Parts: sequence; C-alpha cells; structure tokens
Amino acid sequence: MSDKVLFSYTGIFDKVDDIIHAAEKVADAGYTKYDVNTPYPVHGMDGAMKLKPSKLGYAALVFGLSGLLAALLTMYWMVVADYPIVIGGKPFFAFPAFVPIIFEVTVLAASIGTVMTMLFLFFKFPNNKHPLHDTDYMKHVSSDKYGISIQADDPAFNENEVKSFLESIGAQEITPIYFEENEYGYSAKIFEPKFIGFLIITAFLVSGATYFSLNKLMFMTPFNWMMEQGKAVPQEYNEIFANARSMQQPVKGTISRGNLPYEFKGKPEEAERVLLNPLQLNEKNLTMGKANFNIYCSPCHGYFGEGDSRMRGQFPNPPSLHSEKARNWSDGRIYHIISDGQNIMPSYSSQLTRQERWATVLYIRALQRSLNAKESDLK
Amino acid sequence: MSSTSIEYTKKDLPSNVTKLGAALVVIGLVITILAYFIDHTRSAFNNLILLMFLSSVGVGSLFLVVIEYLGGAVWSVPFRRISEFFGAVLLILPIIAIPVYFNLHDLFHWTHIESVAGDKLLEEKSPYLNEMFFTIRVLAYFLIWIMFYLVITRNSRKQDVSGDQKLTKKNIRYSAIFIPVFAITLTFASIDWLMSLEPHWFSTIFGIYYFSGTVLTALAIATFAIVSLNEKGLLVKGITKDHYYSLGALMFAFTNFWAYIAFSQYLLIWYANLPEETFWFLARWEGSWMYFSIGLIIVRFLVPYIGLLSQPSKMNPKRLKIMSVWILFAHIYDLYWLIMPTYSKDGIVFGWIEFGFPLLAGGILILVFNMRAKNQNLVPIGDPKLKRGLNFRL
Repeated sequence: MSDKVLFSYTGIFDKVDDIIHAAEKVADAGYTKYDVNTPYPVHGMDGAMKLKPSKLGYAALVFGLSGLLAALLTMYWMVVADYPIVIGGKPFFAFPAFVPIIFEVTVLAASIGTVMTMLFLFFKFPNNKHPLHDTDYMKHVSSDKYGISIQADDPAFNENEVKSFLESIGAQEITPIYFEENEYGYSAKIFEPKFIGFLIITAFLVSGATYFSLNKLMFMTPFNWMMEQGKAVPQEYNEIFANARSMQQPVKGTISRGNLPYEFKGKPEEAERVLLNPLQLNEKNLTMGKANFNIYCSPCHGYFGEGDSRMRGQFPNPPSLHSEKARNWSDGRIYHIISDGQNIMPSYSSQLTRQERWATVLYIRALQRSLNAKESDLK
Repeated sequence: MSSTSIEYTKKDLPSNVTKLGAALVVIGLVITILAYFIDHTRSAFNNLILLMFLSSVGVGSLFLVVIEYLGGAVWSVPFRRISEFFGAVLLILPIIAIPVYFNLHDLFHWTHIESVAGDKLLEEKSPYLNEMFFTIRVLAYFLIWIMFYLVITRNSRKQDVSGDQKLTKKNIRYSAIFIPVFAITLTFASIDWLMSLEPHWFSTIFGIYYFSGTVLTALAIATFAIVSLNEKGLLVKGITKDHYYSLGALMFAFTNFWAYIAFSQYLLIWYANLPEETFWFLARWEGSWMYFSIGLIIVRFLVPYIGLLSQPSKMNPKRLKIMSVWILFAHIYDLYWLIMPTYSKDGIVFGWIEFGFPLLAGGILILVFNMRAKNQNLVPIGDPKLKRGLNFRL
C-alpha cells in the first residue's frame, strides 16, 4: 500500500432517491471534488450536485452551426459557383433541395463534435485510464447500484471525516480507492515500439487478407462457382471445334441485321447510271437531310456547302458543292460518294442509314438550287 | 421525494373560469350568428376552421388517452383525465358541423354538379367526391370517434369507484382497435374537409400533416390545463418537474415532426414541379399570402422550437403555458393557411369575423372542460398505475 496514493473514498447506495439526497448532502457539506456514478443518466442529478449548467451545449451549437455552414457552402461552391449545373430545371441555388443535406450534416457534425469534445476535454481522450477502473465499486455502479466518490484532492478532504460523513448519509461498502502514481500519469506514446509493431502487424494482416481473398480465395471452390459456368466464354480454348476457338467466325456472306452492304463499291459510273432517289421531296425528308448534313457534312463542306468550313486550312480544302461538276451529277452519284467516299473523304455508310443518305442528297440539292436558282423558281 | 400515498380531494374549479368560458361562448355566438347574416360564405369558411380546430382537440385528446393505454405509459396517468375531458368536445362536434354541412356549396367546388360535368379530373373523382358519400363518411367519422370516446371514458370513470384492473385491460383492447381506425378516419377526414377544398389537388402526405397538428394541439391544450390546474393545487399532489419536462419534450418533438412533414410535402411538390400539384402552393404565394406563408414557418416552427429548445424551458411552468397557448394559436394559423386561400385568392382577409370564431372555440373548450370537471374526479384515482405515475422520475 505504501507506493499507492489515495484517490478517493467511495460509498454505494441502493436507490435512486437515496443517491440524489446523498449528492445534495455532499454538496451542502462543501465538497467540490466528488463524483456520482450511476448505471444510467439520473435526471435532476446536476441540480442535486449544485453543478452549473453544462457548457457542452455551446460546443454542440458551434459544431452544429459549422456543419450547417460547411454543407451550405460546399454545395453552393460546387453547383452554383464553381461548376453551375442545371438539375431538373431548378435554379442553380435550389435551396429546398439543399435543406435535407444541410440538416443531415448539421446533426452529424453536432453529435460527433459534441461527443469528441466531451471525450477530449473531460476524459483527456487518448488517455483511457482512471483510478476507478477495475474496482468493485465500478462493477456495482455500472450495473445495479449508485455510488458516490469523494476525491482526496478536495481541499476539505480528511480521511476520517469523509469516512464518517459517508456513513452518516447512509452509504454502504465505504472503501478507499488507491492508484499507482506512475500509472495514473501514463500517456500513450505514438512512437512506442509496441504501437509501431501493432501498426505493422495490422498492415501486414490487412494487405495479406486482401491479397489472399482477391487472388486466391476467389478461385477456390466454392467461391469460384460464379465463374465456373457451363458455357463457352469468348477468347477461351474450346475442344468442341476443330479450330479450338469458342467464338466462331460468322458464315461467309453474313451481314448484320438492317445493314445491307453497299453494292456499287468502287463503281461510280454504274451508280450514277442506275441509282434513283427513292425519297419524296417533302419537309420531313428535307429536315432529316438538313440535320444529317449539319452533323456529318458541314464540318468540311460548310453549313451551306461552299467548302468554307471551320476546318478550312487544316486539311486539303474540301471542294464546294456548288461547282458545275457537282451540280451536274445525278442524285445517284452524290449518294455513291457519301456511301463509298471519294479522295480524302471517307465512307459515311456506317454513320448514316440508306434513308438518311438519300435525305442528305435531297438537302444538298436544295442547297445547290439556293445559289443557282432558275427564273422559274421565283414563282 | 417519492409519495407513497395518493393525496387527492376533489375541489371545484374556480367559478370565474366558468364565467369566462360562458362569456366567450356568448360573445363568440353573437359574432358568428351576426357574421352568418352579413357574410355567408366567409362565415362558412371560418366555421370550417372552427370545426377542424375542435376536431383536432377532440380526436387528438382521445388519441393521447389511447396511446397511454396502448403503450402502458405510467407518467401520464395522473393527468389522463384532462385529455379525457377535452375529448368530450367530440360530443358537440356534430353541432359545429351542421352550419358547415348546410353550406357545402359555398365551400366545396366539387359539390356543384354542373362544374363537375365536363371536368375530366372531377368526373373521375366523383364516385368518391359526391355529397351522398361525403355525408355517409362524415357521419361515420363522428359516430366512430364518439363511440370510442364513450366506451373508453366510461371504463375509466368506472375504475374511480371500483379500482378494477380488468377495466384497464379492456381499455387496452379498445385502444388497439382504435389506433388503425383513428389513422384511417383522421386521414380521410382531413382529405374530405381540407384537401377537397381544392378538388384538383392531391398530396399523399396530407393526412399525416393534419395528424401532426392534431397531436400538437391536443398536447398543448392538455399541457396548459395541467400546468394551470396543478399550480392552483386542483390536481393530485406529486406532479413534478419530471412530468412537466415530458410534456414539454413531447410538444417540442411534435413541433419538429410537423416541420418535417410540412417540409417533406413542400419539397416533393417543389421538386417534381407538376402543374397538378404546384398550383396549391402557388395560390399560397399570391399577393399577401406570401407573407402569411413565411409567417407559418415562424409561427408554427421557429417560435415553439426556440421557446422549448433548452432543458430548463421544458420544466418552466410559465414558459410551458405561454408555449402551449402559442401552439394552439399556431394550429388556428395553420388551418387558416390551409382553408382561407380557397375563399380569398388575392390576399389575406382578416376582420371581426375571423376574430369571433376562435373566441367561440376557446369558450367551448373551457365550458366543455368545466362541465366534465364538475361531476368527475380530475385524477383517475382508481387507476392501478397512478402511484407509479406519481413516482415517475426521468
């Protein structure tokens, strides 16, 4: 006992009313450094102990308000200031939509902040030692009894007086609590070998477990069941076919659905002679043609087919579509050029369906007519 | 601190309270009857506010009683009678409803057959929204509420004499039946009386919106009565700050609940931005209604929220009385906000007519309470949970 220091005298009570009365009497007797331990929060205890209203509420207020502001400003910065984006046709600063998030962040910040403040300020957080830990007293007051503990560093503390005082207010099992000085002053050090070793072992364990589960475990029965399926997987060896491929070539002459190959490949004269525009000249077809022309043709030929596009100068200049030659071509020839390409111009058969190509031809014709109108067009 | 014996002797309520109630009823009646002669339609709308307010008090009080039985709560037993007394308002609800019922055409657009015809939406709704079915439904609500009120309070009264524990068990059984019935009837009552004022509009959360206000009103009026009576020593000895705190905390909780529901309703409609739904809020943003709508947030949420936020304020009798009266006012404010834009589309109307109906409501509540309190104990002295209720500590 000689190396141990007295921390406090403790007494146990059976009923909640008794502990409240006891706390009142201890406070009246002038003790200031004492604590009451109960298995659950007893309302009214702060009044009985004559404690001032807790200031923790202010911490909650500060944390809550900072959470509120953080959420509001973050969202404001993201969707109003830095990268304004229209969501659902709402204004950039769509306050009602912000409210749920602001609310959640406020609650989260206030609750976590308050608890952490309490741990840091009142329990000196990284420290997890307290003289009352691992005592019979703590065992009782954390399950079925109420206890009071008057500390030795109280200015009015006197061992015998306190003992008899606790007796007089009806406490049971009055026991002194001791602690070892070096233990109480203990604080965890970050660079302690034990702690570093713990970190290293944890790192190895976590990375080992991750490596094992992702690279080994997934390929073991039963975890590989999802992968081992009775079907041919592309790019895999297959013993059924002679060429050992699981993905076979399509039969010669196969074409994809709705995509007939262009039959006049490399035969412009034949195309000019044979092909006729199947589309009627009407608003619908012209609109379709204009849309496709503006998307696919205008980057080089320009919006009006004059070869004056924004690409001019960066490529061999594309020809105007209003030249004598181009005007005298038949629809079929223009269709052929779109389908098969010409000189540096590639084929557009994969971008445009047959119908869309013919519609584009219609629109090109309309463009040509617009610059070289005949007198009869004026009617 | 713990009381081991129940000290209750029945005392009469101060007579000047009864006089005040009678005076209010007389003034209120004079104003309302006069109002009916001067501005018929406007009076009908005000009468609807009165009806919905008294429904809130009546059925909300019954709900509090029932929830106590069902949850096996002990803390509220010492003043359960207060809610039972206020529940008696249910008995005169049909009388309040009569003027409303005979002015249906002034209130509800869907009662005009000629305007329903040709209106696709109203035609589709007409199997539900027609006068015949409406009448049946309204009668059913009143019947169900009054029936449960009579049965439950009769058992409670009997227990004062006999102290029979079986009566508590019986009431628990009735309460379990009442809860789903309450949920359905209150939802449909709010749809029928309030939502169908704008028959084209619909909100699936509307029933809960009215429910939140209803419980808040019942809690507020009970709190006011409990604190006032306890200060005069008319209740049983042993009601402490712990009881006060619980009442205050419940009022605070339901204030937040109301805000949560009201905001949920607004957020979804604002977000979806469907013309079928938004016009209801737009009508409440028209002209001076805008200030009234902003006022609703302050009156119904911010003031009670700040007023009841701190722990001491929930135990302070004076603060509790002020806040409970404020919440009653806020409920009338809320109902005015729900109902009156249908009557006056351009802006707020407020005059002596709007003033008279709440006076009548206050008078009715005081008189009903006093009549009940005259012949009955203010405390359920035969309830087996009473002693535990008085020993209640947080």
